[in-house]
Amino acid sequence: MTEFIIKRVLQAMIVLFVMTVLVFFGVNVIGNPVYIFASSECDQACLTKTIAELGLDRPLWEQYFVFLGNLLQGHLGNSFTHGIPALSLIFERLPATLELAFCALALALGIGLPLGVWAGLRPDTFISRCIMAFSMIAFSLPVFWIGLIMILTFSVQLGWMPAIGRGDTVEVFGADLSLLTPDGLHHLAMPAFTLSLIMMAIVIRLTRAGMREVIFADYIKFARANGIRERRILSTHVMKNLLIPIVTVLGMEFGGVIAFAVVVESIFSWPGVGKMLIDAIGVLDRPLIVAYLIFVVFMFVVLNLLVDILYSLLDPRVRLGGNQT
Amino acid sequence: MTAVLNVKDLYASFITPGLTVAALQGVSLSVAKGEILGLVGESGSGKTLTGFSINRLISPPGEVVGGQVMLHGEDVLTLSEEKMRKLRGRRIAMIFQDPMMTLNPVLRIETQMRDALRAHEKIGKAEARKRSIAALDEVGIPAPESRLRSYPHELSGGMRQRVAIAIALLHKPDVIIADEPTTALDVTIQGQILSLVQGLCRDRGTALIWITHDLAVVAGIADRLAVMYAGRVVEVGPVDDLLDAPAHPYTRGLIESVPARGQRGKRLNQIPGRMPSLADLPDGCSFAPRCEHATAACAALPDMEAFGPTRSVRCFHPLMERALWAMR
Repeated sequence: MTEFIIKRVLQAMIVLFVMTVLVFFGVNVIGNPVYIFASSECDQACLTKTIAELGLDRPLWEQYFVFLGNLLQGHLGNSFTHGIPALSLIFERLPATLELAFCALALALGIGLPLGVWAGLRPDTFISRCIMAFSMIAFSLPVFWIGLIMILTFSVQLGWMPAIGRGDTVEVFGADLSLLTPDGLHHLAMPAFTLSLIMMAIVIRLTRAGMREVIFADYIKFARANGIRERRILSTHVMKNLLIPIVTVLGMEFGGVIAFAVVVESIFSWPGVGKMLIDAIGVLDRPLIVAYLIFVVFMFVVLNLLVDILYSLLDPRVRLGGNQT
Repeated sequence: MTAVLNVKDLYASFITPGLTVAALQGVSLSVAKGEILGLVGESGSGKTLTGFSINRLISPPGEVVGGQVMLHGEDVLTLSEEKMRKLRGRRIAMIFQDPMMTLNPVLRIETQMRDALRAHEKIGKAEARKRSIAALDEVGIPAPESRLRSYPHELSGGMRQRVAIAIALLHKPDVIIADEPTTALDVTIQGQILSLVQGLCRDRGTALIWITHDLAVVAGIADRLAVMYAGRVVEVGPVDDLLDAPAHPYTRGLIESVPARGQRGKRLNQIPGRMPSLADLPDGCSFAPRCEHATAACAALPDMEAFGPTRSVRCFHPLMERALWAMR
């Protein structure tokens, strides 16, 4: 296990390094941010001065090494527009996104698992067909469309839900949470549900497929033949087998949900990192974009590691760091 | 001998819209305390289905449609689902064919045994553990304490089957239905498992129904034999009598199909033709189309008739001479 983790950390370093090259050069060849954020009174001399101040007049490779040197000391540079370290901006916004993503994950599992189990147990009933149709729709419809329709329906037409914003928050361990206030929850519901739809569809389909396979397995028949209660069979004997593929796929999916909550955050004006990224791209705030992308890569690496560990806990046949190919 | 389990006229069908296949057509058999009944027949004869019907565990679209399964005089087919659950594992236990598939791959042996115990008894973790260790010890598993922590994939096939047997025996059931429990094992392990099960059942007076297609296995373990063909029992009797002097032409065909020593170079015997599809059974004796003794009378269905004091056979033309010769 330890050996496995060390190996993965080394791999992660390489991935991170390659990403810094790609991201840095990719972002730094587009446009000139100074022209965007410099005020209209700024003349050519002023522009040149600003460019020099930001170090943008130096060759790209030199800029890269400065960037890399800073990175090794834990600095990802200051945001052009906010003037404060990009990383602290990200961490300031991250709790909102994490809250949204985790709520979406909880919804996906909390709704998806029971629906999938139901559809797997009674595949030929009308309700099951409806569940499967729902999962198909949730998977295929574009997220932005669903978000807009939800705002139209529940906020504009019915007036039940606030259309945008985060609502009241409470501070828990230094992070703002809207989950714990009624108003915050009210604001959270629609974006979290919208964000959860794709994961929910995946959970439903995987659960149903797994159920169809597992409930006919001999070990389930054997469990029944031993008189074990149906509820216990479902909750332990079947569920543990079901969760293996779900954890694997959801683990991958979840990184994407955090990183690219962009669409949902934009639609619902949720003040998370996704919204921040869109704003940063709009004004070509290079350090912020680079910092965010590197942060995302880092998060993916960590998530994948967690999924592998969780996977080995769920499936005893998997040994981490073994010689399996 | 009084029967612990008495199956009377059991009918089971696979019912799908537009097609009903009658897979069991009046199966009757009984097994007494401490007795081992071998249930033989080829694939599709309904022997496994009989086992699962007794326990009411056939999966849809299969369904028991008639008959009685009397356990100590009580018909289990009329019990409520919850009463049936309380019976499974406690009064009627099962052992399955493939030990690779019978144990849940993601649960520790301890969890699986504890669940089986707790299905019928309110006991704590420590007590369950003690009982599990004793049960594993009884089926000859070395170092049972450390085996409890294992997952099934860490055990060999023979060990897994021993664990399955230990689980089946946990509640000292009246009847064990063993569905080809040695088929998937090595020959040497087969022998060990056979004598283990035989010994345990003898000691506890557990009745055992041993379902198999392997005549050599039943010859070694069973007291009585029931031969099934196309959803019906065609011959029942003490195992030695049946094997020495089969009365039903099908039983003889089965026995002669087993390759024997000293016959090298000769052509192996086989029963001509194949078992009719259950969806399309002939009206009379279902073996008649393959039977060399069949006559016009076989167009009607023969009843199960007594054949000597301990045997019965479903045939109009039982193979008398050899049988009589054997009885002398």
